[in-house]
Amino acid sequence: MTETRDPILSVRNLTLDIPVGGGTLHAVRGIDFDLARGETLCIVGESGSGKSLTSLAIMGLLAPRIERRADRLEFDGVDLLKAGPRKMRSLRGNRMSMIFQEPMTSLNPAYTIGDQLTEALLLHRNVGKKAARDRAVELLEKVGITAAASRLGQFPHQLSGGLRQRVMIAMALMCEPELIIADEPTTALDVTIQAQILRLLVDLQREMNVAMILITHDLGVVARVADKVAVMYAGELVETGPAGAVFGQPTHPYTRGLLRCIPVPGKTERGAELGTIPGIVPSLVGDVSGCPFRTRCEEAVAACRGAIPLRHRSDDAHAFRCVHETGMATAEVSA
Amino acid sequence: MATTTDPLLEEIQGPTPGQLLRRRVFGHHGLMIGGGLVALLVVVAILAPVLAPHDPYAQSLLERLQPPVFLGGSWEHPLGTDHLGRDYLSRLIYGARVSLMIGVIAALISGLIGTAMGVAAGYFGGRVDMVVTFLINVRLAMPVVLVALAVVAIFGGSLQVVIIVLGLLLWDRFAVVMRASTLQVRGREYVAAARAIGCSTPRIVLTEIMPNIVNNLIVVVTLEMAHAILLEAALSFLGLGVQPPTPSWGLMVSEGKQMMLFEPWLVMIPGIVLFLLVLAINLMGDGLRDVTAPENRS
Amino acid sequence: MSDATTPVLELRNVSKVYTIRQGLFAERKSLRAIDDVSLKVERGGVLGLVGESGCGKSTLAKILLGLETPTTGEVLIDGEPVGAQDRRKLARRIQPIFQDPYSSLNPRKSIADIISLPLRVHGIGDAASQDKAVREILDIVGLPARVMNSYPSQMSGGQRQRVAIARALIMKPEIVICDEPTSALDVSVQSQILNLLGELRREFGLTYLFISHNLAVVEHLATRVAVMYLGRIVEEASVAGLFDHARHPYSQALLESVLTPDPALGVPDTQLGAAYPNPIAPPSGCHFHPRCPKALPQCSSVAPRPLTTADGRIECHLFDEEKAEPATA
Repeated sequence: MTETRDPILSVRNLTLDIPVGGGTLHAVRGIDFDLARGETLCIVGESGSGKSLTSLAIMGLLAPRIERRADRLEFDGVDLLKAGPRKMRSLRGNRMSMIFQEPMTSLNPAYTIGDQLTEALLLHRNVGKKAARDRAVELLEKVGITAAASRLGQFPHQLSGGLRQRVMIAMALMCEPELIIADEPTTALDVTIQAQILRLLVDLQREMNVAMILITHDLGVVARVADKVAVMYAGELVETGPAGAVFGQPTHPYTRGLLRCIPVPGKTERGAELGTIPGIVPSLVGDVSGCPFRTRCEEAVAACRGAIPLRHRSDDAHAFRCVHETGMATAEVSA
Repeated sequence: MATTTDPLLEEIQGPTPGQLLRRRVFGHHGLMIGGGLVALLVVVAILAPVLAPHDPYAQSLLERLQPPVFLGGSWEHPLGTDHLGRDYLSRLIYGARVSLMIGVIAALISGLIGTAMGVAAGYFGGRVDMVVTFLINVRLAMPVVLVALAVVAIFGGSLQVVIIVLGLLLWDRFAVVMRASTLQVRGREYVAAARAIGCSTPRIVLTEIMPNIVNNLIVVVTLEMAHAILLEAALSFLGLGVQPPTPSWGLMVSEGKQMMLFEPWLVMIPGIVLFLLVLAINLMGDGLRDVTAPENRS
Repeated sequence: MSDATTPVLELRNVSKVYTIRQGLFAERKSLRAIDDVSLKVERGGVLGLVGESGCGKSTLAKILLGLETPTTGEVLIDGEPVGAQDRRKLARRIQPIFQDPYSSLNPRKSIADIISLPLRVHGIGDAASQDKAVREILDIVGLPARVMNSYPSQMSGGQRQRVAIARALIMKPEIVICDEPTSALDVSVQSQILNLLGELRREFGLTYLFISHNLAVVEHLATRVAVMYLGRIVEEASVAGLFDHARHPYSQALLESVLTPDPALGVPDTQLGAAYPNPIAPPSGCHFHPRCPKALPQCSSVAPRPLTTADGRIECHLFDEEKAEPATA
C-alpha cells in the first residue's frame, strides 16, 4: 500500500499471534495501512478474519497472552509499540476512542449517562464538573438527542438501542479525539436506525476532521461510508484501495466472490442463483504459508502455496495480493 | 439434487463433545486429584470388611488408648486404639461408610426434590415459579443446624433420621441452580424447535433441557455431598447424630475430645480424614464445573 | 376442502395482546404485539415479512408455529382453522427454521438424533426407515451422510443451518417459517443457504413465510411482501409492487435505508426523526405519524383504514382520496 501523506496512524507488518493448545494461532499476519486526518478506512471481513483484533491491537487493549509485533505502529508520532500502560491510558478515550457493537453492554448500567459522558473528560482534561456537563449536553445535542440536559440523569436501560449508540458516539467524541475506531457500530441496530447512525458518524467525522477506522462485515456499509477499503481474509489484507476503485474494479478473487454473494437490489435478478464461496475459512494454527484463500478460490493454482506478491492496479493506491497479475487465472492464459 | 460437493465443505472439524470432555477431564489436575481421592475412599468404604484389620466394635480394655505407630505405637494397631480399646484404623475405615452413605443419600434425596422444583419453576414460570421461589425463601430462612437439632431431639438420633433430615433440608441450592439453568436453556431455539415439532412437555424436559443442565446438577451434587458430610459430623459431635457405638468420624472426634489435651491424635486423625474427604469432593466439584462450563466449550 | 384457489396459509384478523406488569404493585398494561393482522399466502409463494425489531414479526411466527395462541382472530391452513387441530397435527404441516444455528440445535445430541426427532415424535416408520430418511434429507441439503454421528459443536454455522433445514423438512411440511435464517451467518455462507432455500422451494413446492430485516434478501427471495409496524401490516404488495413502487411512507423509508454496495452513493437520509415508539404506549391515530415525513393533520388523531390497492393493501391517510375500496378482508 502506498504512503499516505502525513498519516496520523501508520501500521506496518502488524502481526498478532495467540498461543492456543497445540500451537500458535496466527490471527493477523503482516498487515500494513496508513490513515490520514479526516479519512475513513473500512476494514471488511467475515467472522474470524482478525479485523476486531487489529483494532484492539491499535488501542492496546489486547489480552496479555496475545503477542503483538510490528515494524511500525505509530499514532501521530507516538510509537505505540514502545508506549507503556500509562502512556496508552493517556491516549485512550482522549486522543483515540472506540465505539463498540453492542451499546447495551458497553455502557455501564450502574451509572447515569452524564457520569459516563463526563468521566473521560474529567480524567484527561483539567476541567471542572460544570464545564464537563456543558460539553456533554453540547455533544448530546450534536448527535441528535433531544432534551439533552435531562438525559444526563438517565440510566442506559432507559434509552433505546439507537439512542444508546448515539450516547456511545457522543462519549467517543468528548475529548475531541484524533482517531475513532468503530467496531461494527450498527450491526445490532435496525436498518432505519443504522442509516441514521452511519450518517451521523460520517457527518461528525468530516466536521471534526477525525480519522476513523470502521470495522464491519457489511459490504453495503463499507461502500457508503469508506474513503479507503481494506478487505481482510484469514488475518491478511487481501485487497486495499480507495472505495471507488475496490468496488468499481474488485480484483482479488475473494473480494469478487463476496460481492457476488450478496443480492443487490436493482442489479441481481430476483430469485436468481447467488454466487457462493464454497468451503470454510482455514485453520490459522501452525504453519500458515501461501495464500490463505487458495482452498476456496476458483483461480487457485500450484503457485498459490508459495509467496504471494503484492500487486497494484493501474491506480497506484489500489493493491491486492494474488499470484495472478489481474486476480484471474484465465486472463493470464489469454494474455 | 445433491448440491455443492466441495471437499472442504464436507470437512467435519474437531472432536465430538464426548472426546473433548474426556480430554479436558484428564488434563485437569484438581479434578484428577479430588476424583482420585474420592474414588479411593469409596473403594475403602466398600471393601471395609476386607481392609479393616480388626472388628471396629471389639473392645479391649487392656489395650486402651494405644498411640499410633508414628507416635511409638505398635503395628498391631497402626492408628492406635480409642478409650474403649477399639482399633482406630478399623473404626476410621467403617466410618467412611457412614460419611459417604450420608453424603450420597442426602444429596440424592435433596437433589431429587430440588431439581424437580427448580426445573418446574424454570420451565413453567408464572404461578409455579412464584410458589417455588416462595418455598426456597422459606427454606433459606430456616437455620439448617437448628432445625436438624430439633428434629433429632424429637425423633431421636439415628443414621436414618440424620439422612432423612439432611435430605429434606439441603434442596435449596439444587432448586436455585436448576431454576436458573432451566430458565437459560428454555429460551434456546432448540427448545422452541422441539415444541414446534410437537414434542410433549415431559419429553422436552427430559431430552432437550435435562442433558444441557446436568453439568450444573453434578456440581451442586458434589457441593451438597460435602455439606451433608460436614453436617453429619457436626450433629454426631453434638451427640444428636449417629449414635454410639456406630463408627462415625464426627462421633470419633466427639469421643476423643475429652482426652484431646493428652492424646490429641484421637481428634486429629478423624478430623484430618474428614477434611481430606470434603476437600477432595470440593476439588472434584470445582473440576467438574471447569471441564463442563460452557465458556470452555468452543 | 382445499382447491387451487384456497390460500395455503391465511390469517384472519389475528391479534395478540400480552398483559404485562412491571413490578409487583405496578398497574397492568396491555401490549398489542399483533394488531388485527390479516394475510394470505398462496401455495408455493414466499411472503416476506419486514419491519423493525419489536414490530411483532417474531410473535407472528410463534403463533403460526402453535407456540402462542392468538388472543382473537384465527389462522387457517388450507382453509381449515388451526384451532381445531392440535399442535402435533400442526407440526406436520408447518416447520420453523430459526435465526441462530448455534442455539437451534441441541448441543448434546448427534446430528442423526436431531434430524430424526420429528419422525420419532410422530412415530413415522421404524428405525431403519428413519435412518434412510435422514440420509436422504442430508443429501438434499448438501451434507455428507457421515455427519450423522457428529455433534453440532463440530460443524460450522452454515453446516448447522443446513442441519436445521433438514430437521424442518424431514416430515415434508407444506409451510416453512424462516425467521431471519441467514442473519447470523457470514456473507459467503448466507448466499449458499439462500440458494438452497430457493432450490428446495422449487423442488418440493414449499411455501415460505420469510421474516427478515435484510430487505435486499427479502427482495431476492420473496414473491409478496408485508411491511409491519407496531403490530400492524401497513402495506402488503407483490415484490415488484413494493420494491419498485413503495407507497407507504414507512415502506419508502425502509427501502431508502438499504445500503447497496455502491460507493458513489453516500449514506441516505431517511428523515425518520424519532426513535421506534414504545409498544406499550403506541402513538395515537396512525402509529407511524410521529416519524412520518408526510404526516397530515388527521394522522395524529384518526387511525387509517385498510385500503385495497391494485396489488395488495395499504393503511395510510395519503391514499384516502384515491378511489380505493375499503378492504373486505
